[in-house]
Amino acid sequence: MNYTLDFTPVIEGLPNLLWACLGTFTLAICGMLLAIVIGIGGVILRQSPVKLLRWLTIAFVELIRNTPFLVQIFFIYFALPLAGIRLDPTPTAIIALGINGGAYAIEIIRGGVQSISKGQVEAGLALGLHKAQVFRLIVLKPALRAIYPSLTSQFILLTLTTSIASAISAYELTSVSQRIESDSFRSFEVYFTVTAFYLVISWVMMRIFALFSSRYFSYPVK
Amino acid sequence: MGRDEFLFLLAGLKWTVALSVVAFLFGCISGLLVALARTSGIAILERLTAGYIAIFQGTPLLMQLFVVYYGLALIGIQMDAWAAVSVGLTLHASAFLGEIWRGSIEAVPRGQTEAAKALSLGYISRMKDVVLPQAIRISLPATIGFLVQLIKGTSLASIVGFTELTRAGNIISNQIFQPLTVFGIVGVLYFLMCCPLTIYGAHLERKFVAASR
Repeated sequence: MNYTLDFTPVIEGLPNLLWACLGTFTLAICGMLLAIVIGIGGVILRQSPVKLLRWLTIAFVELIRNTPFLVQIFFIYFALPLAGIRLDPTPTAIIALGINGGAYAIEIIRGGVQSISKGQVEAGLALGLHKAQVFRLIVLKPALRAIYPSLTSQFILLTLTTSIASAISAYELTSVSQRIESDSFRSFEVYFTVTAFYLVISWVMMRIFALFSSRYFSYPVK
Repeated sequence: MGRDEFLFLLAGLKWTVALSVVAFLFGCISGLLVALARTSGIAILERLTAGYIAIFQGTPLLMQLFVVYYGLALIGIQMDAWAAVSVGLTLHASAFLGEIWRGSIEAVPRGQTEAAKALSLGYISRMKDVVLPQAIRISLPATIGFLVQLIKGTSLASIVGFTELTRAGNIISNQIFQPLTVFGIVGVLYFLMCCPLTIYGAHLERKFVAASR
């Protein structure tokens, strides 16, 4: 073994890597927002009186949860152009991340909605609140607080999943590091450093989520 | 897509199953050690394993595979992609299973450990005969959930260059230019592996919830 570690290419590529971290954050945050939208929409469909809609939502959730993200992103990457939608890899990755995260979000949010007792909904309706108001004030907010821990850990996972978006060469940390690696052949050095970057990214995300939780969800329960 | 292409996918499927089984088996063995060290009461061991788990839970599996793949070569261990990916997935599994089982070991009521101590059972017997059988029962739904994660995770081996199901799909789709058909079939194959496990896990969870009421 006569290999000497050489971090020069990593240091030279540092500005690129830091910008790519921003790309990873963008992917993660846009993916999360889309996932929340899909999650809430899915829960509404999941509880609709139309059996077919309920059934389709369940099928969607199980299909996404039981197949690898890599296969999903390839499928979407090739399916969108056929549907007449031409997008760059990065927006495509956001859509894939949103769909994947959305399926998990549906399950998590549904658990939260079910934790709200029926009596509270009925009480809200009896007070003359509109159906939408009942959903927003009585169902959604307490449910959000109940699901916050599992939803945020799912989002951390989603952030880590963005690295797979490199497979369709979306702009994020992994794809940029692969470019540096193929230019310099310093594979271990590059990937070791980037792994540390991801550790910092997920730590920062966790801190932000904890801060948010202590600001908005710290009102007393009873 | 013809018969030969489908058979090629099935050959890839075989390697996906092999990877999953190997990573899960070795992951179980090393994950048990991680969980025991994490709950050992020895401060330095608990610290070390907590750090080990945090690193694996805070970084993407893809990066872990890259680092192990190139790291092994660096310390002079020449391995083909198959072995390197197995090592990477095993380490990944050991951290996650270690964390799952730590939780379930701690979920076993303290009285059980105290009773075993009062009966002057040694550490090994206390763990083997009293705590672990109960902990494993508690952990089963989460363990199966992780197995599904692991099966899906093996698809990343394709990026490192190992020909399992997803990479087989890539190769075929580049040959016959029908990516949607190919990845659709690949997706269905993964689904057929994972869905029964998911259903079984959910079934166990309901059973335990009902039993603990």
